[in-house]
Amino acid sequence: MNAFLQGKAWKFGNDVDTDLIIPARYLNTSDPQELAAHCMEDADPGFAKKVRAGELIVGGKNFGCGSSREHAPLAIKAAGVSCVIAASFARIFYRNAINIGLPILESPEASAAIAEGHTIEVDLATGRITDQTSGQSFQAAPFPSFMQELIRAGGLIEYVRERLTSRQG
Amino acid sequence: MGMTISEKILAAHAGKEAVVPGELIQAEVDLVLGNDITSPMAIREFEKIGVDRVFDRNKVALVPDHFTPNKDIKSAEQAKQVRDFAHRHGIVNYFEVGQMGIEHCLLPEQGLTLPGDLIIGADSHTCTYGAVGAFSTGVGSTDMAAAMALGEVWFKVPESIKFIYHGKLPRWVGGKDLILFTIGKIGVDGALYQSMEFTGDTIDALSMEGRLTMANMAIEAGGKNGIFAVDQATLDYIKPRAKRPYTIYASDPDAHYSKVYEWDVSRLEPQVSFPHLPENARPLSQCGSVAIDQSIIGSCTNGRIEDLREAAEVLKGRKVNSNVRLIVIPGTQAIWRQAMHEGLFDIFVEAGAVVSTPTCGPCLGGHMGILAKGERAVATTNRNFVGRMGHPESEVYLAGPAVAAASAIAGRIAGPEEVGVK
Repeated sequence: MNAFLQGKAWKFGNDVDTDLIIPARYLNTSDPQELAAHCMEDADPGFAKKVRAGELIVGGKNFGCGSSREHAPLAIKAAGVSCVIAASFARIFYRNAINIGLPILESPEASAAIAEGHTIEVDLATGRITDQTSGQSFQAAPFPSFMQELIRAGGLIEYVRERLTSRQG
Repeated sequence: MGMTISEKILAAHAGKEAVVPGELIQAEVDLVLGNDITSPMAIREFEKIGVDRVFDRNKVALVPDHFTPNKDIKSAEQAKQVRDFAHRHGIVNYFEVGQMGIEHCLLPEQGLTLPGDLIIGADSHTCTYGAVGAFSTGVGSTDMAAAMALGEVWFKVPESIKFIYHGKLPRWVGGKDLILFTIGKIGVDGALYQSMEFTGDTIDALSMEGRLTMANMAIEAGGKNGIFAVDQATLDYIKPRAKRPYTIYASDPDAHYSKVYEWDVSRLEPQVSFPHLPENARPLSQCGSVAIDQSIIGSCTNGRIEDLREAAEVLKGRKVNSNVRLIVIPGTQAIWRQAMHEGLFDIFVEAGAVVSTPTCGPCLGGHMGILAKGERAVATTNRNFVGRMGHPESEVYLAGPAVAAASAIAGRIAGPEEVGVK
C-alpha cells in the first residue's frame, strides 16, 4: 500500500448503502473483477467504466451502510479506487475495508469541501488530505494503533497468520 | 463504574474484569456464522491462513439461505463451496435445504444462540440474537475467516444507548413498529458504532418474536448490536432449546450510557418506512394513498410464527387484491410446519397468496419476488434501499405483518381496520 495517493475525486451523497455499491443481484459470485464491473451501478450506472485506477471516492455521512457484504469494499478496490474519504462510515464497511486493505479516511470537512473532479492527494501515514484543485487541506483522524498494526501486517489474514505462528512458537 | 450487559459480555470473552467504551480487545467467540453469499469469500480467505481445521467444529454455523434453493448455476456453485467446506471440516451446524431456514430465524430456534454468548456472523442482521441476551454483531467475510481459524475476533468496545419504552401497545402495533419508529426518530446512523439496549415496561410485555424483530434492525440505525435483558419470557424460550450452559448478565444501575431515549408508545400507530431509507418512518394515518404491486411477508425480520398468525388474522376470509402479488415466506422448516398445522396456509392460499419455502430471496433482490421498473412493494423485510428488491426504479415500503397483509387486500398501503378487520 502506497503511503501517498493522488487522483481525481468522484463524489457521492449521504448514506451510500452496500446495495448501491454492489447490488445483491451480482452476489452469486465473489470474483473481484466481476464485482468491479458493477461497482456503484445503482448510484451511477456508468461509474465502473468511467473510473480510472488511482482515483478516489468521496462520500457523505454513513458511507457503506447496510449489508455486511465484503463484496462492497472489494468491488471498490478491484475497480481501481485507491481510497474512500467520507464524513463517516458505517461500522461493518469500515471494518471490512481495513481487513481487505482498502484505505478509508473519515473527514466531515474534506467530505463537504471536495468537489467532483478535483485532484486529491492523500498521505495515509498522517491522514493529511489535500485538495490540489482548490488548495485546501484537511486532517483526518489517523488510524488507531491496532489498525495500523493490521495494515502493517498486510491485512487481517496476514495478522492472523502471525498470531497463529506466535501461538505455536 | 458499573457496566452494561454488552460490556459485561465483551469483558468476559476477553478474559477481563472490566472493559470501557473505546477499548480495543481480542475476544473469544461462541459462534461464527456464514451464509451462501458471504461464506465462499470467507472460505477463500480461511484457506490462505494455512490452518488445517476450524477452531471448533461445533462453533461454526453455515446456513445457505440467500440464493437457495439455488436460483441459478452460479449460486449453485457457491452453495456447493459451502457444502464441501462443511463436510471437509465436519461442521456440526451446517443446514442443508430441507433443514435450512433463514439464518436469524433458524439459529435462535435451534438453541444455538444463548444468553451471554458472543456471536459474530458474516451477515449484518447477526445483531438479531441480542433478543436472547447475547452480544451478536455482523462482520465481513475476512473477519469470519479469521474467527474460524482463531476462535477470536477484535472489537472496539462500543458506547451504549438506552431506549426506554412505556405503555401498552395498541392492537396491530408490535416490535416492527417500535423499531421503525425508533429508527425514524434517531436516523439510519443514529446509533453508529454503538450498542442499543432496549428496555421499559413495553418491552417486558413484548413477545420473543417482537424482540427478535427489534434486535434484528439495530443495524438499520448503524448499531453494532441491539440487546435485551434476560427475563422470564427469554428463559421460557431458551430452556427447551439450550443444549449447553449459558450466562445471564444484567446492566448495572450505574452503567454509563452515551444517550437515553424515553418514549410513551401507548398511542403508537403502525409504522411504515417510505423509500429509500428505513428512517423514513411515518404513522399509518399519514401514509396517504400508495398503490402497491406486491406484498412480502417473511424475512429474518418478520418470518416467525407470530408474524404469520398476525397476517392470517387479517387475511382470513378475505381476498388479495387482483393487482397485488402476495408472497408469504415462513422463516424455517419448523415455522413452515407449525403454520401448516395451524391451518394458516389454507387461509393464505384461499386469499390468493403464494407460500414459499424458507429463503432470503426477495428481501435482497435475489429471487422469488423481484420487482420490475416502477413497481412498489410493501414488505416486512428490513431494508428499502434503492434497488433492494429488484429494479433500481422500484420502491419498497417497510411495515409489520398486519399492514403488509391489509395492504395486499386493499391494493394500497392500509391497516387492518381499513379492510374490515376488527
